[in-house]
Amino acid sequence: MIDEATLDQARQLVRDLEAGNEAEAKKLVDELTKIREAELFRELGKLTRELHDTLDNFRIDPRVADLAEKDIPDAQERLNYVMTMTEQAANKTLTAVEDALPVSEQLQQRSGELGARWLQFRNRELNADEFRELSRALDVFFPQVAESTQILQSNLSDVLLAQDFQDLTGQIIRKVIELVRNVEESLVDLIRIAGKGARTNTGGKAGAAGNIKAEGPQVPGVDDHRDVVRSQDQVDDLLSSLGF
Amino acid sequence: MKILVVDDFSTMRRIIKNLLRDLGYNNTAEADDGKTALPVLQAGNFDFLVTDWNMPGMSGIELLKAVRADAKLVSLPVLMVTAESKRDQIIEAAQAGVNGYIVKPFTAATLKEKIDKIFERLEAASA
Repeated sequence: MIDEATLDQARQLVRDLEAGNEAEAKKLVDELTKIREAELFRELGKLTRELHDTLDNFRIDPRVADLAEKDIPDAQERLNYVMTMTEQAANKTLTAVEDALPVSEQLQQRSGELGARWLQFRNRELNADEFRELSRALDVFFPQVAESTQILQSNLSDVLLAQDFQDLTGQIIRKVIELVRNVEESLVDLIRIAGKGARTNTGGKAGAAGNIKAEGPQVPGVDDHRDVVRSQDQVDDLLSSLGF
Repeated sequence: MKILVVDDFSTMRRIIKNLLRDLGYNNTAEADDGKTALPVLQAGNFDFLVTDWNMPGMSGIELLKAVRADAKLVSLPVLMVTAESKRDQIIEAAQAGVNGYIVKPFTAATLKEKIDKIFERLEAASA
């Protein structure tokens, strides 16, 4: 927007130049340039202040520092723990199945043999000695069946319990998903701050004190500093100290 | 003996149901958090409650407190089976009136021992 004063100055400049009045013309050009420079400095000043505010905002948002210094390494530990637990569960299951298979194969084979002999007896194809032998074999076989099925049941129970990893790792993975969401939010905030120089609300969602909240499984190497019990025995001790 | 098993992970509910069946408790029902468990408890004649702590909606500790605040359910035995293992939490559960507390991961033997102990104590109290 060119105002009347500037127009006057321009007209004066033309008149001075036409009149050959060099010194006056030079003075007018300097004045016009100064107007331009003042605007430039004002813009530069504004930009500098925005940059300063932005850097300040960034520094006082504690979430970003926490995420980078603490939460991300924590998440790595937690995911390592998930890998360890799933590996243990897979090994426990495989061992139980590998131990059970020969027991079940032997049962199948032995019962097949004795069943065939029993059929011979029923068809009156065995003599007295052969029957006595079969009878002794059955005396041995029945307790063996009881023992083998006991082993099979115990191994199946191991397989069943080994699946408890899914609950525990699921809870840990949920926490890591929550962390990833926080990182995403912080990055979006960062882009917003850098883009507009807008103030962010700091402090955010700090954990409210008071009510005791669920925290999920304690991960070795991550949650060691907390006041946690490490075994069922310690739970029992604590409860009995409370009169349980 | 009718038992309600409350856990948000279906795998854990299946594990506990199977272990209970091994121990001779065949009559079990399931719920996936406190919010769904409470009306089921109020409607059915349950003799025992096994619950997790960390669940969306209504947590196990809130369920325990709601049970103890309900005139019909106030004396229902409650066994907590949870990964929550901070001392403060165990004390909180004890103060809220839990009958037993098992930390995950646990064994079949631990489950049997805690259930037996709860019933022993209840019988001793009523004798």
